[in-house]
Amino acid sequence: MIRLFFCLALAAGCLFAQHSFTPIDVEDGGRLYRANCTICHGAEGNEVAGIDLGHNKFRRAKDDDDIAAIIRTGIPGTAMPPNNFSDFQSLTIVAYLRSIAAATATTTSGGDAGRGKAIYDGKGACASCHRIRGAGARTGPDLSDIGNSRLAGELERALIDTAAEAPEQNRHFRGVTKDGATVTGTLLNEDKYSVQILDSKDRLVSVQRASLRESSIIEKALMPSYKDKLNAKELADIVSYLVSLKGVSLKGVELQ
Amino acid sequence: MKLQWLLLLLMVPNVRGQVSFDRILEANKEPQNWLTYSGSLMGQRYSPLTQITPANAKDLELQWVFQAHSLEKYEATPLVVDGILYTVQAPNDVVAIDAVTGRVFWVFEYAPSPEARVCCGRVNRGLAILGDTLFMGTIDGHLLAIDSKTGKSIWNVTVARGEAGYSLMHAPLVVKDKVIVGVAGGEFGIRGFLAAYDARTGKQDWKFNTIPGPGEPGHETWAGDSWQHGGASVWVTGSYDPQLNLTYWGIGNPGPDWNSDLRAGTNLYSDSVVALDADTGKLKWYFQFSPHDDFDYDSVQVPVLADMEWKGVMRRVMLWANRNGFYYVLDRTTGEFLQGKPFAKVTWTSGLDDGGHPVRIAAANPSREGTLVYPGVQGATNWYSPSYSPHTGLFYIPTWENYSSVFNKLPGEFVEGRRYTGGAPRSPVPSLKGTQVIYRTEAEGYGAIRAFDPKTGVRKWEFKMADVTGSGVLTTASDLLFAGGREGYFWALDARTGAELWRVNTGGDVASGPMSFSVNGRQYISVSAGNSLFTYALRRN
Repeated sequence: MIRLFFCLALAAGCLFAQHSFTPIDVEDGGRLYRANCTICHGAEGNEVAGIDLGHNKFRRAKDDDDIAAIIRTGIPGTAMPPNNFSDFQSLTIVAYLRSIAAATATTTSGGDAGRGKAIYDGKGACASCHRIRGAGARTGPDLSDIGNSRLAGELERALIDTAAEAPEQNRHFRGVTKDGATVTGTLLNEDKYSVQILDSKDRLVSVQRASLRESSIIEKALMPSYKDKLNAKELADIVSYLVSLKGVSLKGVELQ
Repeated sequence: MKLQWLLLLLMVPNVRGQVSFDRILEANKEPQNWLTYSGSLMGQRYSPLTQITPANAKDLELQWVFQAHSLEKYEATPLVVDGILYTVQAPNDVVAIDAVTGRVFWVFEYAPSPEARVCCGRVNRGLAILGDTLFMGTIDGHLLAIDSKTGKSIWNVTVARGEAGYSLMHAPLVVKDKVIVGVAGGEFGIRGFLAAYDARTGKQDWKFNTIPGPGEPGHETWAGDSWQHGGASVWVTGSYDPQLNLTYWGIGNPGPDWNSDLRAGTNLYSDSVVALDADTGKLKWYFQFSPHDDFDYDSVQVPVLADMEWKGVMRRVMLWANRNGFYYVLDRTTGEFLQGKPFAKVTWTSGLDDGGHPVRIAAANPSREGTLVYPGVQGATNWYSPSYSPHTGLFYIPTWENYSSVFNKLPGEFVEGRRYTGGAPRSPVPSLKGTQVIYRTEAEGYGAIRAFDPKTGVRKWEFKMADVTGSGVLTTASDLLFAGGREGYFWALDARTGAELWRVNTGGDVASGPMSFSVNGRQYISVSAGNSLFTYALRRN
């Protein structure tokens, strides 16, 4: 998925070409951005007036190096603080921001989150695999705060293009014990001797490798494609709903 | 496999459903699990497991260590549910661990507000569980519900404002469909309270102010406006009697701690135990151990419930070893005082009257130049869990003996979010473990586990340490006692005699309550020390 954004960012002909980054660099930049910048700029980079980091809209910076410099030194007299990043780290954040611009572009727009929720609960049957704030199944990723970590374009593609690899934190494990029983579940942790999974019956289980005759990690996403199941409007609705899921507020306010 | 293990394996299905409140009520029916902070709602920290015995305790050996990514004191007691151990990495990360191997299933990370104010460490003492949901209080004043299978947040409510000095330290207590918590912050001029939240939604159900407001009985025990900043915090888990439907909680010191001129009166319900109706939060009775406290003698201890013959009649009693140096037996139906005796050196009072109230000595009050008083500021015991073994009938108290402080009295001015203590006591024994070396005489203070017969008040035995102890005590049905101390040792003692049976040097301060569980018929003992959680079991033959 990241690879896809990267290519789109290049295709958009943005200032990206000034430096070259691997998809992992862009991902690292995103991680730094989410950990350090979202509290003021927001997940989509548009929460400070006059600035829209995700749409290449900056107040002062003219190019990637300007942005990276501001990230490092801050802007005296404003709320923008200096940050203890290396030049390279700052540039990975810029690379991430450039990638957002491409990722936010959806083929559909104007969805209605309320209708999206109805599709989620009904026609989409999303809760048969996913969970939101304690309701639903645990097979797929918990979506309680998916709106914080995924942008509309990413979500839309995830609903349609499900051939992609599952994110590494949502891989599945399949093992066959020496007596022939199959063990499957979401892969949580592993070491040389054991594998920790949330199995298909929602049990946390440590599987000893010595008890298995074969095992594999399923990297392909188990998500079905909604390409032919939802029309464009329905897709826009459900994307709007997912984007609205911001999780449990850090401020401790009960969100509905 | 030994026959007894095989039988246990057959009797106890390893995998069960959700943790219903009925399971918590009848925790003694599933001794393989540890479903609440103290192991049962009675608060006894007593395990019915018997595989480890005084005869074989010498064969205990390390099974695994969980090293927390935290340099804070590790005060949490884990929960164990059907082979999964849940613990807290201070301040407020929750970790699910395979109880047999120590491998991590998931980590829930929580970054408390930098505005959080804590007096004595960014610590947490544990979790509660109901259904598939774990509950944790945070040092910035929140109560969280977390999916026990995935570690994902379900809800997060603000119990009180962290920046004003309110924090949540103790493991919540689940009663029926409610999660009960209280607020710490007695050194910051908070106004304490307990509150119950709907386990499903996080909606507040009831609230009990530990300092009565205008018009409420007890309000007159606070001079002027002192009630508004009088502390009376809550930072250790309470207990619950299902027959009486009462939940019992120990309440902290009045504030400012050491300058009581600013709060004339007995200062209810500071330094008390309160018995509340678990459905409504209404006060049924209270007993105040240290009225108008000058010494920071929080009554923040686990209320230990026991049913025993008392002077020829079966009674529902409560055993309470208090920071003020006395241990008490109360009738838990009515709050009637049955007995109170010192369990360590005490000089702040000449003794208890017939009603259990201390007779104060004016010369022992804090003064401008300082007054030497026993026990010192950390108390003769503190929040460290005691244990009651129904099997031995003895009550076990982590004790600081010969421990004193010089209490001085300073002016105090309340400013929200700042310390409001009115003094700065000094002691030969540091309040928190500081250096890695000690050179102290026994007369300057030492730690011990002491065993008392609650019926007679007679001390049965003492196990002495060189340094003091912040460890809780665990007893088992095979008459073993587990405890540790600041020296870093963790011991197995004979619960009937106090004889040492086994020890290990964990290399860190044991500052939590040990607990026991079993998986597939094998019994384990877990305790945290330093920044890690250690788990022991008998060597496999």
